Amino acid sequence: MPVMKLRLYVAGQTPKSMAALSNLQQICVAHLDGKYDLEVIDLIKNPQLAQGDQILAIPTLVRNLPVPIRKIIGDLSNVDRVLVGLDLRGSQHDGNGETRSGFDKAIGAKT
Amino acid sequence: MAKSTKSADFAAAMNGKAHHSSLPKAPTGIQGLDEISGGGLPRGRTAIVCGGPGCGKSMLGMEFLIHGAQDFDEPGVLLAFEETPQEMASNVASLGFDLKHLVETRKLFLDFVYVEPSEIQETGEYDLEALFIRLQHAVDSVGAKRICLDTLEALFSGFSNEGLLRSELRRLFRWLKERNLTTVITAEKGEKTLTRHGLEEYVSDCVILLDHRVRDQISTRRLRIVKYRGTSHGADEYPFLIDNQGISVLPVTSLEMTHKVSNERVPTGIADLDEMLGGKGFFRGSSVLISGTAGSGKTTMAASFADATCRRGERCLFIGFEESVAQVARNMSSVGLNLKQWVEKDLLVHEAWRPSQYGIEMHLLRIHKLIDSVKPQHVIIDPITNLITGSAQRDVYSMLMRLMDYLKGRKITSVFTNLNVNSDQLEQTDIGISSLCDTWILCRDAELNGERNRCMYILKSRGMAHSNQIREFVMSARGIRLIPPYVGSGVVLTGSSRIAQESKERAEAQIRSQEIEQKQETLERKRAALEAQIMIMKMDFAAEELELEKIIREGQSRQKQVQIERNAMSHLRLGKQESKSESFLTKSAGEPS
Repeated sequence: MPVMKLRLYVAGQTPKSMAALSNLQQICVAHLDGKYDLEVIDLIKNPQLAQGDQILAIPTLVRNLPVPIRKIIGDLSNVDRVLVGLDLRGSQHDGNGETRSGFDKAIGAKT
Repeated sequence: MAKSTKSADFAAAMNGKAHHSSLPKAPTGIQGLDEISGGGLPRGRTAIVCGGPGCGKSMLGMEFLIHGAQDFDEPGVLLAFEETPQEMASNVASLGFDLKHLVETRKLFLDFVYVEPSEIQETGEYDLEALFIRLQHAVDSVGAKRICLDTLEALFSGFSNEGLLRSELRRLFRWLKERNLTTVITAEKGEKTLTRHGLEEYVSDCVILLDHRVRDQISTRRLRIVKYRGTSHGADEYPFLIDNQGISVLPVTSLEMTHKVSNERVPTGIADLDEMLGGKGFFRGSSVLISGTAGSGKTTMAASFADATCRRGERCLFIGFEESVAQVARNMSSVGLNLKQWVEKDLLVHEAWRPSQYGIEMHLLRIHKLIDSVKPQHVIIDPITNLITGSAQRDVYSMLMRLMDYLKGRKITSVFTNLNVNSDQLEQTDIGISSLCDTWILCRDAELNGERNRCMYILKSRGMAHSNQIREFVMSARGIRLIPPYVGSGVVLTGSSRIAQESKERAEAQIRSQEIEQKQETLERKRAALEAQIMIMKMDFAAEELELEKIIREGQSRQKQVQIERNAMSHLRLGKQESKSESFLTKSAGEPS
């Protein structure tokens, strides 16, 4: 499984943002087996970053890699929907194991 | 302008004036819109611009920002939901706006908001705080006073939670108001509501509706201020145009009749016509109507006026709807008018376009714009009748009235030609604008003895003494002359009849003078004959006299001889008989008598 590059956009320490972060951490531990790169961006500190990923809603989780880009908005309280949104449901059927694993190692080394 | 009423316009104009100071306005810089809205959009508040696709909403919002940044020192933010900044820049580049420069000089901030529902998965609670953060960031980075959200409704396609969206929109409008941002929100027109998602419910300060209609294959854009809280505004539908200078809205003129008048006169270019108009010509800034049937010389008369104005060094705008620029120039050279030289000297601006090219509003808008750019002292429109093509008569009337007011307000002398199709109703224009004109010259044909001749007369000319004569309009390579027709022996004759009559009279006069000469000659001859006779008689007498004198002299000399002989004889007889011989002598002297 490739390393998933995730960004969680929040705006200060609001209850929704805090809930989203803790929900995401649980999902990552349970389903991503450490193969993820999570960046939390606080737009109150860095408002200019909202433009790049086209963020409107808070909180928003963006999966930049693997492509295509996915966006999940909300406090991520519905785990099933989050998994569907991240293409984690059914990702086991992925066939290109070998090439992917080499790629994964390269990325994983960095993490 | 179908729904326009004069009184409503007037009331709006009057009220608009009174409200100018009460509610602060942010001028849009869009020609005409500021006039009908009494100064612009409500400052620090939100205005909705709604309309169907392609009606010009985005353009209006864009111009509002650009003019704000360029002309009013109010930086702006554009939050575009539908077009990327690159697309936006190329859209307005054709209008001569350099978006890139404005962005670089930090007068404009462009943010493209991309909402793609297929990429978004919703789970749990969220809000649109990031939108606010982006807006705040944009506003802060240029110090924005104006903001345009184009088209905000795109949010409805991106988020499924409508209840949340609506509460966030409400928060957004409050947010904008708190920051005192003058905002334009564009919205798609709904089927029964002004906007598809009912945004007008939240924004109640100002709603502008744009419309794009096609009638008789001629499209017209219209703008209406549906609502403007706290201010009176023109409530009509105003036509507007998007061309290479952006949006312009009619009317661009005041609706009040307060223009100053001039006593200055301008020559008409036809000396005879000047003479008919009290010797001086038209009033400067007055409106002149030249109406007449086809081929009665309307254009020529108008062209003479143009020629005269250019000759004085004044600018003239000639707008033609019938003939191309080159054609008019060629045709007028046949009556000795060289219009080309004035075009080359930039004194005459000659524009010609097809009357069917636009609806009436667009024509007049284009005329307005031309006047604004050319800044002429005189305007000629030839003919106004063609404007009626594709427009209702009432619209044309109201539009022409506005145009005339506009021209008068600027002290521009205007000459309109009007083609009368129906020769029975010559003293009537199709559009009924004659009452608006100050001077009305009527050209007509007079048919007599198998020919048509051009006649003209001045039907009215306000404020000046003018001739009541019907003159014959004669065009030649030397120019135009208005010849008084033949009015002798109880008939009015024109053309060749007039010429024939005049030559007949000339011939008669000649004969009369010849007769007098002859009589004088006869008299002279008689006098000469008489004198000759006298001479002969004198000569005869002189001859006779000589003869007689000769006889007398002979007689006398004979008598003398006799005397001498007698004396000699008495000498011989001696002294005493001398007295006898004397008495004898006396006797003999009496004998010849």
